[in-house]
Amino acid sequence: MTPAPYRIRSRRPDRADTVTLTLEPVDGACPSFVPGQFTMLYAPGVGEIPISISGWFRPGGYVQTIRAVGAVSRALCHKRRGDVIGLRGPYGTGWDLSAAAGLDVVVAAGGLGLAPLRPVVRELTAHPSLYGRASVIVGARTPATVIYPQDLARWHDGHGIDVQVTVDHPDQAWTGPVGLVTHLLDRIVFEPRRTFAFVCGPDAMIKATAVELVRRGVDPRRTAVLLERNMKCGIGRCGHCQLGPLFVCLDGPVVTYDVAAPLLAVREL
Amino acid sequence: MAAFVLDSLEPLIAELRSRGFAVVGPVARGGVIRMEEISSAADLPRGARDEQTPGRYRLSTHDGDLMFDYAASPDSAKRFTQPPRQTLIRMRRGDIEEVEDEAPRLALLGIRPCDLAALAVQDRVFLGGRHPDPAYRRRREALFLVTVNCAVPGGTCFCVSMGTGPKATKGFDLALTELADPHRFVVEAGSEKGVDVLGALSQAAACDDDLAAAEEVSRIAAEHMGRQVDTEGIQQWLPQAHDSPRWSDVASRCLSCTNCTMVCPTCFCTTMEDSTSLSDGTAERVERWDSCFTLDFSELNGSPVRGSGEGRYRQWLTHKFATWYDQFGMSGCVGCGRCITWCPVGIDVTEELANLR
Repeated sequence: MTPAPYRIRSRRPDRADTVTLTLEPVDGACPSFVPGQFTMLYAPGVGEIPISISGWFRPGGYVQTIRAVGAVSRALCHKRRGDVIGLRGPYGTGWDLSAAAGLDVVVAAGGLGLAPLRPVVRELTAHPSLYGRASVIVGARTPATVIYPQDLARWHDGHGIDVQVTVDHPDQAWTGPVGLVTHLLDRIVFEPRRTFAFVCGPDAMIKATAVELVRRGVDPRRTAVLLERNMKCGIGRCGHCQLGPLFVCLDGPVVTYDVAAPLLAVREL
Repeated sequence: MAAFVLDSLEPLIAELRSRGFAVVGPVARGGVIRMEEISSAADLPRGARDEQTPGRYRLSTHDGDLMFDYAASPDSAKRFTQPPRQTLIRMRRGDIEEVEDEAPRLALLGIRPCDLAALAVQDRVFLGGRHPDPAYRRRREALFLVTVNCAVPGGTCFCVSMGTGPKATKGFDLALTELADPHRFVVEAGSEKGVDVLGALSQAAACDDDLAAAEEVSRIAAEHMGRQVDTEGIQQWLPQAHDSPRWSDVASRCLSCTNCTMVCPTCFCTTMEDSTSLSDGTAERVERWDSCFTLDFSELNGSPVRGSGEGRYRQWLTHKFATWYDQFGMSGCVGCGRCITWCPVGIDVTEELANLR
C-alpha cells in the first residue's frame, strides 16, 4: 500500500478537462504492464485513484490520461512537469490480445474509455498481419471531449484502420455522425463470428455495445469489456469495487462479457 | 487433548503479563462489556449478565462467581487485528515513508468461539490472497488467544447455524470452559504456545466429572441459540433474490447508520483519509474502517452506484452470506448476532434471510 515516487516527465493538456501525463520512477525500474491494467495514482495530501495505463515510453514509464472530475483527479491534472506524485501497481487483468489473433478486431470506446484501449490499437498498428480487419469506433459527448484526436487520425490515415467517431452533441464544425456509438457498428466491416471486440466506457455504453455485438453474432467470450468501479486500494482489500462476486480490481477491470452480462443486468449491484 | 483445571485465572493472567503480553479481557464499563487491558482477575465482570434482543442490549449484575456468563460484546478481535484507524504513509518533498506501527503483544482473554471463527475469516481476507497484508500479519502473530466457550448464548446468537460455536474447536492457544459449584475453569491448550503457558502454571488434570460438566455447558448452550439461519444453498439462492420486494421493505426500516458493519467481526472494508500538515507540508494517508452503507462507498464519477438504501442493504447481506463464498471460499458471517443487537431499529438478519428465501 506504499506508493513509489514518480516524476511527471511531461504533461499535455488534451482538452479542457483532460490531461495526459508521462510518468517515470524517481529511482528504480518501472514495472512492465499489460494493456488494460491500471495504477493507483496518489496526489499527496489529496488522495489516490485508479487510472488506466494508456502507453509506455522508453526507457521505462507510463502514459496516463486523467479527466478532472473529482478532488483527486483535479489535483493530478493540476500537477506540473517535474512534480513528484505517488504510484502503485500496475494492477488488475489486461486485454487478452492473443485471443484476438487471426480475427477481425472491433475496438469500441465511450469517452475516456479510449484511454485503456490506446495500447490495444498500438498493438494492432504494430503487428497488422496478426489480425484481420481492424476498426475503432469512438463515441463522445461533444467533439471537444474526443481524446487522442491525433492518434485517431494517424491510425486511420497511416495504418489503414477504420476509425469512426460519433458525438451526442455536435458543434458547428462537426461533419461526422451524431448519436450512439452502437450506430457506428453499421459503418464498419467485420465478420461477427470471427471477431474479437474490446469495449470500454461507462456501464450503459458497455452494455449497449456488447448487447449489439452479441446480437450480430459476436461470441460474448470474445467480447472483452473494461469495468470501472470506486477503488481505494486496488488490491482487493478496501471492498469498494465489488460487483457481485467480483473484486473489479483483482478479477477485472477487464472481463469477458459472458461474465459481466448477468452482473451488469442487476440494478445497483 | 489433555485438559486441566484452574481454580483461578490470576496465575494465568500473571504468567501472560510476565511473558510481555498486555492482557485484554472483558470489563463492564458504561453498561456494556468492553475488551480492555486488565491487570488482574479482579477486573473481570464478576456476576455480569447481558440481555440481547434486536436493537437492545442490557447489562445487569448478579450474585455468584461467574465471570463469563454473557454472550458476545460489541468488541470483537477486529479492533486489535485491524485498527479502526492506521497511518499508512507519510510523504514530504517527494520522499515517501512507509509507517510501520509496532504490533503490540496482546493476550485476548475471553474472546468467544464465534470471534475465533471471525479471525479465521480475517486471516483468509488479509493473508490468503494475492496481496497479503504484512501489518495484519504482524499484529496477528503477536496475539495470544484465550477463548472462553459460551455458556449462555444471547438472544441474537446463531453460531450453531454457522458452525462456529458455542464450543471452540480450533484457532486458540487456550480454551476455557467456566464451571460453577465450585467455581473453576476447564482449560485445554490448542497450540504449542498454549501448552507452554499452561506448563508454567500449577494445574491439576481435569477429572471425568469436570470434563462431563464442561461438555454439558456446551451442550446446553448449543440448545439455547436465540436465532437460527438455514444456510442450505444460500450461496446460490441469495444472489438470485436480487429483485425480491423484501429489499425495499428492509430498506424502509434501515437507517444506513453503519452500526452493523462497525460491530461485525468480519466486515473489513476501509477507506482513506488524506491530509497535509500546515506546519511542514507533510502529507499523510490514514486508512480507516468504512461501510458499504455510505453513499461515498460506491461513488463513481460523481454519483453512487448504489444510491438506494435497498441496493446498499442488499450488497451487505448478499456479500456477507453468499458472494463471500465466491471470493474467499467461506461464509462472511460467524453468527455472533452483533449486527442484530446493535441495529438501532432492530433489523434481524436471520428474519430477513428467512423472508427472502
